[in-house]
Parts: sequence; structure tokens; C-alpha cells
Amino acid sequence: MSLRIVVCVKYVPDATGDRHFAEDLTTDRDAVDGLLSELDEYAVEQALQISEAADDAEITVLTVGPEDAKDALRKALSMGADKAVHVEDDALHGTDILGTSLVLAKAIEHVGYDLVVCGMASTDGTAGVVPAILAERLSVPQVTLLSEVKVEDGTVTGRRDGDAASEQLQASLPAVVSVTDQSGEARYPSFKGIMAAKKKPVESLDLSDLGIEAAEVGLAGAWSAVDEANERPARTAGTIVKDEGEGGKQLAAFLAERKFI
Amino acid sequence: MGEVLVYVDHVDGAVRKPTLELLTLARRIGEPVAVHLGAGADTAAPVLAEHGATRVLAADASEFADYLVVPKVDALEQAVTSVNPVAVLVPSSAEGKEIAARLAVRIGSGIITDAIDLEAGTEGPVATQSVFAAAFTTKSHITKGTPVITVKPNSATPEAAPAAGTVEQFAVTFSEGATGTKVVARTPRESTGRPELTEAAMVVSGGRGVGAAENFNIIEALADSLGAAVGASRAAVDAGWYPHSNQVGQTGKQVSPQLYIASGISGAIQHRAGMQTSKTIVAINKDAEAPIFDLVDYGVVGDLFEVVPQLTEEIKVRKG
Ligand SMILES: Cc1cc2nc3c(=O)[nH]c(=O)nc-3n(C[C@H](O)[C@H](O)[C@H](O)COP(=O)(O)OP(=O)(O)OC[C@H]3O[C@@H](n4cnc5c(N)ncnc54)[C@H](O)[C@@H]3O)c2cc1C
Repeated sequence: MSLRIVVCVKYVPDATGDRHFAEDLTTDRDAVDGLLSELDEYAVEQALQISEAADDAEITVLTVGPEDAKDALRKALSMGADKAVHVEDDALHGTDILGTSLVLAKAIEHVGYDLVVCGMASTDGTAGVVPAILAERLSVPQVTLLSEVKVEDGTVTGRRDGDAASEQLQASLPAVVSVTDQSGEARYPSFKGIMAAKKKPVESLDLSDLGIEAAEVGLAGAWSAVDEANERPARTAGTIVKDEGEGGKQLAAFLAERKFI
Repeated sequence: MGEVLVYVDHVDGAVRKPTLELLTLARRIGEPVAVHLGAGADTAAPVLAEHGATRVLAADASEFADYLVVPKVDALEQAVTSVNPVAVLVPSSAEGKEIAARLAVRIGSGIITDAIDLEAGTEGPVATQSVFAAAFTTKSHITKGTPVITVKPNSATPEAAPAAGTVEQFAVTFSEGATGTKVVARTPRESTGRPELTEAAMVVSGGRGVGAAENFNIIEALADSLGAAVGASRAAVDAGWYPHSNQVGQTGKQVSPQLYIASGISGAIQHRAGMQTSKTIVAINKDAEAPIFDLVDYGVVGDLFEVVPQLTEEIKVRKG
């Protein structure tokens, strides 16, 4: 039996760009170039390693997003994923975490899966809760925030480094996994991989294909509303001194003046 | 005013500071009712009461420690059903966010994560968030169900507000999925004796400029002279010089202390995402062009191996 892996990826505005909000207070996706979230590259990498260790596996990369989001799928395919699914629908504009996770869950069920692999968080929204919500919606075990992951004989094991302790986790497939940026650097697409990706299938789905009503998603269907977004005032320029042998003492004087000493 | 459920983050009844901050914020929107899962409710109750908890709903079962996240969601869901609160507040730890998110789906409610402030509003609690690596702040509210909000550490100063804090035990009926993910082993993090990074009033961080694992002792010495926590950039963590649990930034801890001192850190956007909201920022870097200097209240352009030890010495002298 082939191991069916679905990797959820997000197309995000480049974090090194000047990110802004659009007039409707959704993320402005036009102002800054988009890319496959770096944190999802780790998910693709671990999926590839799990697939390489399995006798037989197939990796589907899945994204929910606008037309441009195909770039993220292409990148994942060029890294070595087998096929892609793109959920795209005008009604999705402004969808929040709960709506997005609903669409992802339906699409994952549509594809069929034994293992879902996600990154630890998106680099734009950064909440990091979609994997847990997917496990809830799919009613399968949640094995999240792993810095090490292995799949063997229908069991997934991994190490979760939490705030208070490091935990060794274990669950049976099917399951939802998320991996951190400690799980191992992602590979670069090879030239051969980039060429091969052009021929790999990308299936496009809309909400009706997944049996989701437009009213369940989008800005109007969101479960929370952003009332205002304000640019943080620039920090007032501080004092900068060049160390001429007394830099440490000058700094101590500043800290004392601010009552830290 | 209705009741507000506050999920208690604790270690065997030793309540962690962010929970006390939540109790303080909860009082702005209703009467705080604490939910304490696992052992130690009797130890925790007086502290929770002191900070405003009118009741402490307590449940203990081995499932909480033996399985990941879901048993706690089951318990919290039951507490929501019995209390019918106006909001649920959960500390924004990795686990806290996962618990809150699953709870929101179960009870058909919206969720806001990583709030840095909270106030009462006409349409329910209004949460302030810091987004796009702290370049923006937003205000949001939840439009469906019982608002579930996770709040970051250091978002408020815990205030004493003595209340009854009556402990009420409840028994949890676990869902079928509760035992899905087994915790087969747990290695508690070794205590360094230094303050917790996310809770500390002062943080001293080192980056690639520190150059080697053994050189981190000069960063630690500075931290200890101030009673500060120690942080590190991802470059320093990836090089194996300092543990990942001390990483500050987008994929590490987000800190918001009174004082942040960055040594040998360039100030990449992903690092800034974890420290930009600090009150006072100080940097030591030998490159006058390093982007970290755009953020600082005070910066020293110089070699950290000269500046940091001199600073540590001077602090010791001044402290006598
Ligand atoms: C998805 C993603 C997530 C990330 N998450 C994080 C994160 O959570 N945290 C994080 O920190 N980074 C994160 N990064 C990495 C980030 O982009 C930077 O690479 C990293 O922060 C650089 O660390 P640094 O400043 O220590 O190193 P560098 O950028 O190499 O800077 C070193 C600095 O030290 C100075 N220096 C060198 N020697 C000395 C000396 N003797 N005295 C004084 N100064 C000296 C140099 O002038 C330089 O400015 C992430 C990146 C990505 C893509």
C-alpha cells in the first residue's frame, strides 16, 4: 500500500519586503513579492525524507490561495513532490484561520491521505494553529511542532521541544504532523527537479468541488474582524557612540540613567 | 458582568507568571474563573485567588500528562459548557495556542492568537496584536461564538485583587480522540537558575558575532550582573553555541522585556519579530551599518569582546 502524504503549504508575502494591509484590512498581497513560506519548505523536506524511507509513497502538495499561489506549488514540486492541488476561488479573499482550515480539511479528504505534513506556522499570519485545527477537523491524532519525525509501520514518532520539557510522541496513522525549522534544512530544487516539475499535474479546485458554501469563508464569513491596523511609529532615533575604549562604561551610564542598574 | 475562563499554565501547581497577567486582563471584561488541570490545584488556588479568581475549576487525571493537547481541550470544553463564559483566555505558549484553537473549533467560536493587550468593547473583548514582525499593531474582535483569545507573556503587569478562589473539582469525560497521541517520554528542561526568557524584565542576547559556544560565557556574565535572561539569534543556535529554547525571533521566543541588549546580532527581520516591542533596546555591534542600530535607544559601535566585559565590570562596580 502506498503511503499517501499531503503537505499543506502557503504562499506568503516576502517577510523581507515592506508588508502592509490593503484597504479592507486583509494582507496586501500585491505590494510585496510572494513565495513559498520558508517554514513550509521544512514540511516539504520532511515529507520527501519520509517518502524516501518508505517502500512506496506519493506526495501531494496542497495550497489554498490566489492564482499566484501556484508558484509555491511549483517550488514544492521542483523539490520533489509528485503532484499538486490548488484550491482557488474568488470567495476565499479574506478567509481567516478557521475558514482556511475548513477548506484545507475538505481538500485533504478529497485527495485521500495517510499523513498530513505542515510547517510550524506561516511567516505572515504566524499563529501556528492550523495543524492542530486540521487534526481536530479530520478527527485524527495531532503530532505537532516536531524537530525530529519518523514514520514506520503505520506509526509516526517524533520529538517535540516544548517550553517546559522535550517530549517523545507517538501516534498511529492517519495523523497530522507539523515540523519546526529545527527539523533539518530543506533541499534546493535541482535543475532536473525544476524541469520535471513543469510536467507534474496541478489539480485546480473551487469551493463547489469541495462542497463548501461561499458564505462559510471569505471576509464576510470570518469568525473575527480586524477593526483597525496601525503602522507602529518608528522608534525615536537613539544615541549611537563609537567605542574609543570607554564604550562599556558609557553604556553602563545609560543603563543607570534608565534605572536598570 | 459575566465570567471569563482563564486557563492556568503551571508546573505541579506552581503558577507561571503569564497566567497572573491573564487574570489581570480578564478583570477588564468580567469575573475571572480559573481552570486548573493536573496536580497541584490546592497549591495554585491561593495565588489565583490573590489575583482575582473567584472560582478555581480543577480537574486531575493521568491523561493530561500522558497524551498530547486533546485531554486538555476536552476538559476546557466541559468547563465552557458548565460556566457559559463571556470569553476564554489562554496563555500564548505553543501548547496554549493549540488548545485554544481546537477549543474554538469545538465550541463554534472565533479565535484570536498572540494578543498583546485586551480591553472591553461594545461587541465583546477587543484584542491588540502585533503583526508583520511588529511593524503594525491591529485591533480585532471575535464575531461568532464565545471569544477565545490567547495572550502573550508580558502583556500586562499582574495586579493583586483578592477574590474567593473557591476550588471546585470536576471530573472530565474524555473524548475518543483524547488518547490519540501518546507522550512516551518527557525530559524536563534543566533549570539554569536564570529568569524565564519570555517572562524576564531584562534579556541579554548574543548572535553570530559571539563567535563560539564558549564565548557565550561573557553574554551570561552580563546577564547575571543584571539578573537578566539569556537569548540567542538563530545563527548562534544553528551553530550549536546555545540551546534552541533560548532563541529569540520569529521561530523562537517572542520577548517584550523592559530592556533588551543585543550583542553581535545584525537585526534581521526574523530576529526583530521576536524583540522589536521591547521597551528599551541596546546594541553592541562592530558594524555601524547593522540594521539593529535602527531600533536602538543606545548603541555602541565596537567589538563586543571589549565592550561587554567592560559593561559587566562597570555594572558590578555600580551595584557595589
Ligand atoms: C523562516 C525564517 C525564520 C527565522 N527565524 C529566526 C529567529 O527566530 N531568530 C533569529 O534570530 N533569526 C531567525 N532567522 C534568521 C535570520 O534571517 C538571520 O539569519 C539571523 O537572525 C542572523 O543572526 P545574527 O544576527 O546573529 O547573525 P549575522 O546576521 O551574521 O550578524 C552577526 C552580527 O555580528 C556582528 N559582529 C561580528 N563580530 C562582532 C564582534 N566581535 N563584536 C561586535 N559585533 C560583531 C556583525 O557585524 C553582524 O552584524 C530566520 C530566518 C528565516 C528564513
